[in-house]
Amino acid sequence: MQAFLQGHKLSAQKPASFNSQRKEKKSREKPIPWVEKYRPKKVDDVVEQNEVCAVLRESMQTSDLPNLLLYGPPGTGKTSTILAAARQLFGEFIKERVLELNASDDRGISVIRTKVKNFAQLKASNIRPDGKPCPPFKIIILDEADAMTNAAQAALRRTMEKETRTTRFCLICNYVSKIIEPITSRCTKFRFIPLHEEKIIERLKFIAEQEKFNIEDEALKSIVETSNGDLRKAITTLQSCYRLKCGSDIKHSQVTLLDVFEMSGIVPDSYLEEFIKVVKSKELQALENFIDAFTYEAYSLSQFFDQLSIKIIMDETITNNQKAIILDKLGESSFRLSTGGSEYLQLIDFGTICIIAFSKQN
Amino acid sequence: MSLWVDKYRPRELSKLDYHKEQAADLKRLCEQQDFPHLMFFGPSGSGKKTRIQCMLRELYGTSAERLRNETMTFTTPSNKKVDIMTVSSNYHIELNPSDAGIYDRVIITDIIKQIAQTANIDSGSERDFKVIVLTEIDDLTKDAQHALRRTMEKYVATCRIILCVNSTSRVIPAIKSRCLGIRVSAPSIEEIVAILHKICRKENLTLPNELALNIAKTSDRNLRRAILMLEAAKVQKYPFTSNQQVPDVDWKIFLHETANVIMREQTPANLEKIRDRLYELLSHGIPSDIIFRELVKILTTKCDSEVKSQIYGYASLYEHRMLSGNKPIYHLEAFVAQFMSIYKKYLNDITMDFDDD
Ligand SMILES: Nc1ncnc2c1ncn2[C@@H]1O[C@H](COP(=O)(O)OP(=O)(O)O)[C@@H](O)[C@H]1O
Ligand SMILES: [Mg+2]
Repeated sequence: MQAFLQGHKLSAQKPASFNSQRKEKKSREKPIPWVEKYRPKKVDDVVEQNEVCAVLRESMQTSDLPNLLLYGPPGTGKTSTILAAARQLFGEFIKERVLELNASDDRGISVIRTKVKNFAQLKASNIRPDGKPCPPFKIIILDEADAMTNAAQAALRRTMEKETRTTRFCLICNYVSKIIEPITSRCTKFRFIPLHEEKIIERLKFIAEQEKFNIEDEALKSIVETSNGDLRKAITTLQSCYRLKCGSDIKHSQVTLLDVFEMSGIVPDSYLEEFIKVVKSKELQALENFIDAFTYEAYSLSQFFDQLSIKIIMDETITNNQKAIILDKLGESSFRLSTGGSEYLQLIDFGTICIIAFSKQN
Repeated sequence: MSLWVDKYRPRELSKLDYHKEQAADLKRLCEQQDFPHLMFFGPSGSGKKTRIQCMLRELYGTSAERLRNETMTFTTPSNKKVDIMTVSSNYHIELNPSDAGIYDRVIITDIIKQIAQTANIDSGSERDFKVIVLTEIDDLTKDAQHALRRTMEKYVATCRIILCVNSTSRVIPAIKSRCLGIRVSAPSIEEIVAILHKICRKENLTLPNELALNIAKTSDRNLRRAILMLEAAKVQKYPFTSNQQVPDVDWKIFLHETANVIMREQTPANLEKIRDRLYELLSHGIPSDIIFRELVKILTTKCDSEVKSQIYGYASLYEHRMLSGNKPIYHLEAFVAQFMSIYKKYLNDITMDFDDD
């Protein structure tokens, strides 16, 4: 164990993503997953999110920046955007000028009061050590800020109030509602929207081109559909399909629709059909058998619920009253599942409610 | 002498007995250096761990099989010392952060980050990265899961994380979005039967097909359990007979008896007895959600369908509370009490019907 840990420390704490930009490049680039390989290096590389990009581009001209609050669902470019901007603003002196704290760092009150405050109080001149001009401030990035306690946020607010001269704050979170109002009101807020289908397709096509392989249009479309606007997920699915299904020995040279189905964890439609058939038959025994078999397959039940909800809504043979009962229960079951609840019991409970719904005449 | 489960555990991806296509896919994945973090998910005994070990061997060769067990000690913010068990080779380390209970976040922020930051010691290795295997991630607090997010991105050049979970539903979306999911479904009855036969051939034993089938069916399609049962059956009685009793795992037998006690009498006094039995199971380390699910399954087989749907409704409610709270016994007991009351009422109604006649 000791030996395992003592392997030479990567040049103290320096994040890997900054490494590649440095002069002292290793002779060989380390192979990294595509999500990292294709992480935007410049603000101009960021797909979508025009508003925030415009503000950041302007800040590069004027050398000023408001406090920022970036929020939105995973994989929409929040972390990438601010890191790219920081890199462009400060070049290789990013380490002196940027403090990044995320949910893996201790961000309790004491850290806010000491580490953050100390960093905020450092002077920042408008000339870099190498003589080139640069903006006269530092940036403190608080990524995944929704995981901070309210007390820590309150402490942060004080620091934000005081250190306005040479420090800009950038908070990043999924849900803006988790950030206390005194902080949000001090920031310019930018919502990161789930990426549009065309944009994702464009990006994936670009990557496929760089990596020199082909992908069926159908397959591409299906990746986009299953990613729900999360580009990180889309890229991972793309890479997995290519790496797992298109090796050198291999069956095919092109990524196909089937590969995507397998890699993205979609539940095959036959299971959804079967479930609906079974609950419509109102046979509890048949339901139990179905669920036994289904749970052995280990499909994600939350994925199953997502797909099922669409199917139920679209099904014209189900009355509105029945839909209301079923979807209400679906909401409850999904919630329980995500906060604690086993697949088997949640699904069987949901199924029995469906049976009850179908036993009602209208 | 090692148990058959260990003795006949495949060591290489190409030797895996089922989900062969997936094994070939994984092998292909290992050929490249740039694969993403992985998340293996599937029911227990479906072979997730075996697949992970085979992958490690594919990546690092046999030296990934030279394992050390070690205990790491870390200090919590409140200055408490907590130990955690790890298994490691020169190239990988495996641990279960939820072992640290409410301190699981500290494991992620301190230990995992520390490991992730350090490059591989053995520069002779063909791989530039090391692997951290984290088990039972679904049992981690949300706090701990959040702490893992950015670590997974920052140090990806030096370290790949392989997560191993039973179900993905309690894993936060941010982590799912950072992994390639590998679904490992339970082996089919036929696949289990084939494996049991294979083991017996190697042990020079004759296994009647009927017995193999019985074991496979009793095993809940859990391969580990099936092999353990086979070995227990051999100890119990050999030569095998096709109708010989399949020795189920102790805790399941105990649970069946518990269910019988519940069915026999629905009174507060009896509830107390049940509580002791549930405690007993918990103290033997049987996970509370497994106890809950199995108990519901056993009890409902003894009920009519009108009672069943009520039971399922309560079961899902109490189980949900149990898994979001932290004192399993309360919720297990609450469920049993609820069951008793429903069942008793049902029995009363039946006898009333008779009286009416
Ligand atoms: N708007 C975007 N433009 C370009 N790439 C993106 C964008 N959003 C996400 N990505 C891709 O997804 C990965 C994760 O993005 P990231 O910025 O970390 O998302 P988050 O919003 O969760 O912080 C990046 O490495 C990049 O490959
Ligand atoms: Mg992020």
